[in-house]
Amino acid sequence: MITLALSKGRIFEETLPLLAAAGITPNENPESSRKLIIGTNKPDVRLIIVRATDVPTYVQHGAADLGVAGKDVLLEHGGEGMYQPVDLNIAKCRMMVAAPVGFDYQSAVRRGARLRVATKYVQTARLFFARKGVHIDLIKLYGSMELAPLVGLADVIVDLVSTGGTLRANNLDAVEEIGQISSRLVVNQASMKLKHEAIQPIVEAFRKAAA
Amino acid sequence: MKPRWLLPEHVEDILPPYAWQAETLRRQLLDLYDRQGYDLVSPPLIEYLESLLSGAAHDLDLKTFKVVDGLSGRMLGIRADMTPQAARIDAHLLNRQGPARLCYAGPVLHTRPAGLLSSRVPYQLGAELFGHAGIEADMEILDLLMASLALAGLPATRISLGHVGLFRALVDGAGMDGGLAHELFQALRGKDVPTLQSLTVSLAAPWREAFLRLPELYGGAAVLRDARLALPELPGVVAALDDLERLTGRGNGTELAVDLADLRGYGYHNGVVFAAYAGGQARAVAAGGRYDGAGAIFGRSRPATGFSLDLRAILDSMAAPAPRNGILAPADTDAALAARIAELRAGGERVVVELPGQSAHRQESGCDRLLARQGGGWVITAIS
Repeated sequence: MITLALSKGRIFEETLPLLAAAGITPNENPESSRKLIIGTNKPDVRLIIVRATDVPTYVQHGAADLGVAGKDVLLEHGGEGMYQPVDLNIAKCRMMVAAPVGFDYQSAVRRGARLRVATKYVQTARLFFARKGVHIDLIKLYGSMELAPLVGLADVIVDLVSTGGTLRANNLDAVEEIGQISSRLVVNQASMKLKHEAIQPIVEAFRKAAA
Repeated sequence: MKPRWLLPEHVEDILPPYAWQAETLRRQLLDLYDRQGYDLVSPPLIEYLESLLSGAAHDLDLKTFKVVDGLSGRMLGIRADMTPQAARIDAHLLNRQGPARLCYAGPVLHTRPAGLLSSRVPYQLGAELFGHAGIEADMEILDLLMASLALAGLPATRISLGHVGLFRALVDGAGMDGGLAHELFQALRGKDVPTLQSLTVSLAAPWREAFLRLPELYGGAAVLRDARLALPELPGVVAALDDLERLTGRGNGTELAVDLADLRGYGYHNGVVFAAYAGGQARAVAAGGRYDGAGAIFGRSRPATGFSLDLRAILDSMAAPAPRNGILAPADTDAALAARIAELRAGGERVVVELPGQSAHRQESGCDRLLARQGGGWVITAIS
C-alpha cells in the first residue's frame, strides 16, 4: 500500500493532473467528502487529506510514503529526514517582506535596528534576517498578518504573496523578496528504499508531468 | 504538585517482559561477535570532549551532552556514539600492527532525539574492524551485520549501500571549493533535485549531469550498470562501483540495494556506507561504513570499518517475547524442597519461592507450574 499525503484546496486541485499522469484517479473529492482517507482507482494507492503544515510530519514519520508540500512549509519544518526529489511547479507564489506604504524599510535595515516582524513563518523569517545581519523581534501570528503593521503590533510582516491584492487592500507594499515558493514532492526515506518498485514510477510520472 | 514519576521527553524505561528480551538479544549478539574473534571493550560513559568528537561531524557535537569536569576544569562529553571510543582504544591502547576486531555494548546519550519517536538514550551495540583497508574487511562487517539482523529475526530487512568515495571523487574531479561541496552534499542527502539544479548551474556539463544523476541512482544491483554508463570514468568512481558490486553479491537472503546519493556520515566516513531497514520502521535500525584515519587524532591512523545498531530500535521491530514461564515453590522450610528447587534451577528452570501470606497474588508471579508435596517428595503440578 502506497499512501500519499495531500492538503485540501489549491494543492489538491493542482496535484490532480500530476496524479492523472501517474495513472491515479481519486475515488472522491475531498471538498465534498468528509473522509480523510480517500481510495483511488489503484487498489494499492490511497490518499490522505491532512493540513498543509502537517504533510512533512506524516511523511517524515512514515505515516505517508509520499506527500505534496509547499516550499514554505518545508522551510519551516526543516525538511529533515525526507527526500525532495521533484519541484512540482504548482501552487506558485513568493515569500515576501511587506511594510506599510511609506515605511522606510531600507534605512531601517541599514541601521540594523531591531525590526519587529510579524509572521506565521518564524524559522524562515529568523534565517532570512540573520543572513542580512538584522536584529529582529519575532511575533508569531496564525493569520491576518497584514493587520499587524496597521495597528502598530509590528513594523513589517513576512508572508506569502501570490497576486498582492490583500497587501494593496491594506495599504502595504512588498519591500523585499525572500524566495520563490512552489510545491515539492516529498518522499519518506525508508519508503523510497523499501518500496522503491512501487514509488519510483510515481516519482517519475510526477517528474515528467511537472517539467 | 508535579508528577514525580514523569520521565523527560524521549526517555523511557524498558519494562518486563521486554527488558529480558533486550538483554537476551544483547548476550546473543555479543556471543556471535565473540565467536568471530571480536574482543569486547567497555569504554567509559564520559570522556574529555575533544576525544569524543575527534574528527566527527557537526551532528555529533550537537548530539553530545556536555558537563564541566570538577577535577580538571576541562569539558567532558557524555558519549553520544561509542565508535570514536573504539577508534581511540585501537589507535592508542592496543597498538596491534595487524587487524584488530573490537565489539562493544552500552547506553549512549543524545541531547536531541535522532527521529520523531527515537529515544534519547539508545543502547548501542556494534563491531569495528581496524587495520585492513581492503574490501574484504567491509565484506566481513556487512556479513556480521546481516547475521545480527537474522539473529534478531527481524521481518523484511533491507540493507541500503552507498559509497562516500564516489561523491568525493566527483567533487575532486570537478575541482570545486569546500563550501559548494558541502551544499551539494546537503542537497544530495535529501535527494533535493531542485536545489541540486540551482547549485550545479556553474559546473561544466559532465559534472553537472553526474551530480544530477546521483539521486536517481538507487535500487537493485542494476543501478551499478547504469552508474558506469552515466558517471565520468574517474579512478575513484570506478573503484567505488567495483566495491559496491562485490558487496551486493553477498545478500544471501537479505535484500541488498544501492543508493549512490546515500552520504550518511560524510565528513566521517570515506568509503562504503550502509544502513539497515526492517519491516515498518521509517528509521534505519543499524548503520555503518568505512571511516579510515579516524584514529589519526590519537596518534595512529588506521583503516577502519564497522557498524552499530540501536538495541531499542531493534526491539521495536521484534515480535513480542514469549511469556517467561516459571515454577512457583510454596513457602515451606522442608529441606527436600530446597534441594528440589536447587536442582530445578541448576537445570535452567525459573523457580520463584513464594513468600509467606502472599499466595493470593500468585497470578502476578507469571508462573505456569507449581511445586507440590506428593508422598515424601516434591513434584511439578499445574498451577490452579
